[in-house]
Amino acid sequence: MTSPLNLKSAPATAASSSLTPTAQARPSGRQRAAELLQRQGALAVLVLLCAISAALFPAFRTLDNTRGVTIQASFLAIVALGMTMVIITGGIDLSVGSVFALGGVLAAWASQYGFLPALLVPLAVCGAIGAINGLLVARAGMAPFIVTLASLLGARGLLLALTHEGATTYLVPRGSAFQKLGGGAVWGFGYPVLIAVALFVAGGVVLQRTSFGQALFAVGGSGDAALLMGLPVARTKVLVYTLSGLLAGLAGALNAARLSSGVTIIGVGMELDAISAVVIGGTLLVGGAGSVSGTLWGVLLLGVIQNLINQIGSLNSSYQSVVSGGFLIVVVVAQRYLSAARRGT
Amino acid sequence: MTSLALPRGIDRPRIADWLQRYGVYAAVVALLAFNGLFTDHFLTADNLRTQAVQVSPVVIVALGMALVIGTEGVDLSVGSTMALASSVLPLYLGYGLLPSLLVALLAGVVVGLVNGSLVALVGLQPIVATLALFVGGRGLALVIADGQLKEIRNKDLLNLGTASAAGVPAVVLIAAGLAVLVALLVQRTTFGRQLVAVGGNRAAAALAGLPVRRVLIGVYVICGVLASLAGVLATARLTASDPSSLGNLMELSAITAVVVGGTPLTGGSVRVLGTVMGALLMQLLHATLVTHNLHDSTAQMVQAGIILLAVYAARERRSR
Amino acid sequence: MAPPEAAAAPSAPPGQPPPGAGPAPAPVLEALGVSKRFPGVTALDDVTFTLRAGEIHALVGENGAGKSTLIKILTGVHRADEGELRLGGEPVVFHRPHEAQQAGISTIYQEVNLVPLMSVARNIFLGREPKNRFGLIDFPRMHREAAELLGGFGVGADPRRPLHTLGVGTQQMVALARAVSVKARVVVMDEPTSSLEPREVETLFRVIGELHARDIAIVYVSHRMDELYRICDRVTVLRDGRLVHSGDLKDTERVKLVSLMLGREIAEVRRSGTTSFGDGHDAAREPVLTAQDLTRRHVLHDIGLELRPGEVLGLGGLLGSGRSETAKALAGALPLDSGEVRIGGTVLRRLTSPAAIRAGISLLPEDRKAEGIVPGLSVRENIVLAALPRLSRGGMVSRGRQDRVVEIFMKRLRIKAASPEQKVGELSGGNQQKVLLARWLCLEPRVLLLDEPTRGIDVGAKAEVQALIDELAKEGLAVLLISSDLEELVEGADRIVVLRAGAVAGELTGDDVSESALLSVLAEADAEPRREAAADTGPGADADTDARAGAGAGADAERPPQPAATAKQFGANDATEETS
Repeated sequence: MTSPLNLKSAPATAASSSLTPTAQARPSGRQRAAELLQRQGALAVLVLLCAISAALFPAFRTLDNTRGVTIQASFLAIVALGMTMVIITGGIDLSVGSVFALGGVLAAWASQYGFLPALLVPLAVCGAIGAINGLLVARAGMAPFIVTLASLLGARGLLLALTHEGATTYLVPRGSAFQKLGGGAVWGFGYPVLIAVALFVAGGVVLQRTSFGQALFAVGGSGDAALLMGLPVARTKVLVYTLSGLLAGLAGALNAARLSSGVTIIGVGMELDAISAVVIGGTLLVGGAGSVSGTLWGVLLLGVIQNLINQIGSLNSSYQSVVSGGFLIVVVVAQRYLSAARRGT
Repeated sequence: MTSLALPRGIDRPRIADWLQRYGVYAAVVALLAFNGLFTDHFLTADNLRTQAVQVSPVVIVALGMALVIGTEGVDLSVGSTMALASSVLPLYLGYGLLPSLLVALLAGVVVGLVNGSLVALVGLQPIVATLALFVGGRGLALVIADGQLKEIRNKDLLNLGTASAAGVPAVVLIAAGLAVLVALLVQRTTFGRQLVAVGGNRAAAALAGLPVRRVLIGVYVICGVLASLAGVLATARLTASDPSSLGNLMELSAITAVVVGGTPLTGGSVRVLGTVMGALLMQLLHATLVTHNLHDSTAQMVQAGIILLAVYAARERRSR
Repeated sequence: MAPPEAAAAPSAPPGQPPPGAGPAPAPVLEALGVSKRFPGVTALDDVTFTLRAGEIHALVGENGAGKSTLIKILTGVHRADEGELRLGGEPVVFHRPHEAQQAGISTIYQEVNLVPLMSVARNIFLGREPKNRFGLIDFPRMHREAAELLGGFGVGADPRRPLHTLGVGTQQMVALARAVSVKARVVVMDEPTSSLEPREVETLFRVIGELHARDIAIVYVSHRMDELYRICDRVTVLRDGRLVHSGDLKDTERVKLVSLMLGREIAEVRRSGTTSFGDGHDAAREPVLTAQDLTRRHVLHDIGLELRPGEVLGLGGLLGSGRSETAKALAGALPLDSGEVRIGGTVLRRLTSPAAIRAGISLLPEDRKAEGIVPGLSVRENIVLAALPRLSRGGMVSRGRQDRVVEIFMKRLRIKAASPEQKVGELSGGNQQKVLLARWLCLEPRVLLLDEPTRGIDVGAKAEVQALIDELAKEGLAVLLISSDLEELVEGADRIVVLRAGAVAGELTGDDVSESALLSVLAEADAEPRREAAADTGPGADADTDARAGAGAGADAERPPQPAATAKQFGANDATEETS
């Protein structure tokens, strides 16, 4: 307790002794472990799963199989990248599946006019849908869940209208530059994979190294604080939903290039796959924390699970969603307790 | 539809209030009137019966969804629950309709318990908690059914889908009966009133000693059971158990019906009749557009517009 | 009601010169004749506030006095309906908090308003991160500058660490670092010490001393008398949205300041008639509720209470003294680290809301809107909410029984509603409060805990509620009354337990239940009794009465009270407490 002798102690020492991190303030080993697990848990599981599968299934460790897994995962990855940013702001974007499909149809339709239209038309339309989502969320103050639910329906409706109720399937002209975008490869890795990787690198830089990225974390971490600190909260939200629309549209366009046609029935439920991947990757659904690398691991994890179940062969392919669903429960419940542990409560 | 014709610029909060309260009824009446005047063979018993049969599963699911939304939650897993119920149904049909029906409903109870526990005990957001079973539930259904469509040959079950009393199909009667039951539950039981109070002000409900966790778990269980029942009825009508497509996008239709019916997403109020009317409105709208050679595409875009309008109206009223 | 100051102050000329002072430093920030209305409330009424360059200015007042509204106007969160702001003599208008910040006005909020999951450095530089030549955030520089800033305050925290892993005190320093790094001329601190440990407070004061030395003007909001007298130059007192007093702190005695805040005169004798309480009650000897050692870290410290049937026990204390928390703890709504509550001699094992309610403890919460009413439900349903299971048969609601109960209580409490089916959200504050009272009374409780039962309700309803409290005690109920209204507390209560800093500071019984006695206990040095006091000495300036009795007073009495007008002391030359 107090001793009168302390009273004369020099202020500097008193201060430094009082506010250098003390045992109470320093994160305990448990807290650090919890934080590491939350950040890199998905990567750890992914590595483990890959190691086990490589040991068990010779077919798994072939380069061809790796190429197959990555190209299949690349489209979901691009969509999930946008979803990550939206979720970091504490929002959600349910429209990405429809927008993905719409982007594909638009790209296939526009590809008859050349390479640039095939890219720009879907980006423009999907970006606009994202911007409308953002405006309704940020300016009209409506719940992201319901706004993007409506645009899920709206985008799907637009798609059906463009394809005469799904009766018309636009084809990408054979041998066109646009088709090569989807079909071409470097060392066997498809362009979509490379584009996805490039986008993730760019996304990581934007999130971690730009003011916009910092604003995303701040808006999701504490909207009130962000507002009081003078951040452009509404503009950030509009931008992030626009970005999500753009990325979903791009992923759709790439997918159309790969399939050489604008398939109308894809993308249903894709939003939930994307959300699962983001959550498995350690991004908090309440916002304020997350990383694009985690999302990448999450997407790959889902892809590897799918691939494994195919490898086993005797298993019904629907086990994939059972495993994903189970995994999702484990991850979110673990996250809940881990973040409690991190706060030291 | 009618809402667009409302006088503008008078008193927006009041209009929004009115819209949220009575908009859905007015829209249904207007739609019926429009069809009576301009659509041939619309207001016939046959057509109305078809519409009612088609809307019944949505109504049943939406009733559960309305309860969940009344507690400030949402249940994304209802479509998967329907598929799950449908997939277990054929397994036990050998023992008769009743045992297999009970097993199907039990599947709904289990789904509800999982969802409710994740929300009430673990403290997850309802969207995340129910997302897991949305993803996993249908997978499980497909695993149980071995990914195959199974034809239903049990007479009792098939009867459930085709039977009718006094010209009204059994499915419709069941949906109507359930609507009455849910209305009674909300209005007249302790549980129902506690549910509304928990949704209206959870802190106050907890301070008043209400069993908040029990109420939340109960609500998700009811929602699961209603969804599984809807799954059974849809299976009966389809004469086959098809877990891969049954109940697809049902969560969206149910949420739409609830929201359009005037139940606010912020909880604290459950509008049972409004929910039924919301489902009916969407069904009639779809039918009207299709009979007038406007397609699914238009129907979906109109549906999107109506959802936004309904939520916007609720928002205006809240911020008043 | 209003003491002379209240009437006199608003008529004083705006920007009044300090009495008897020489040429005062030029004001850096002024609010002239500012008014602000919210639906149904006038939060600020013609308030003038002058902040001089380089001074530390205390802003005090009880709940609802208008402090936070004034701060929000100064910092651009709200805009005044009337009046104007002047910065360095020039009229300014802030549309957003950002504009105020750019003009050099920074704010530290009570609840640290930073983003917990982001790192220390990111929080400090959020929105104006240093960039490298590629336009990307230059983290090495950011971390270096953040470390320098914090180092300047003697804080050695790693700027890369997430904010939430730091103690609250350090977080507060980070907020300060952010505030200062934007080249602030004015820093507004809204109860910065309310969640700090004593040694963290010392560091904060040292930093404030440094800011002071840099000629940064500070608006300091706090309820802790010690702190105000230690660091502040001038004081402005608000009450009910009006300016009550503004002047040099050293000319204002402690007791005077408290009485200004509470709107009661020291000399004012006990009167009857303004409240609707009758005389005392005959309390039973055996307590119905006994609480021992209620402890929750940072909130409550070893609180002990006894409540007897038929008495009204007042729970006094300034804002933040732990009054509401004590009531919540008794009702099972605040988890405790230790302590026990006995009711009728038996210990409540699991102290949860349902258990407390079953045992007969009912709490009327302070925040009517957030914790009391369910606005979308009817008057009837709000009344029967807690009693639903008792008014039902087999899980089915019995409307007949409900209607009978509701009718009885609506009549007895004179609840004015169009019908029992009207939504509670549409009623006036007074009627909402009566509905809540009815909710608890229909449970027939043994103990009624009332947290600010008459706040924000009109005069008529107030009198009715007060008369009801009296009546209930006469009927043998044990009532705990929390009120910031001294008159209400003194006239309503038979005994008063005074809390300070989460611990019992004293108890008033018998004839000592008077405003002057209460005021003097409230104005005492408010170092927490559980710790040893700072070793300041000086003649006690407060009227040291013998009013205090009971267990808590002993420890208090041994401590020499703080002088009313000590020179400002920052950490550098002050007693630094070291607690284990």
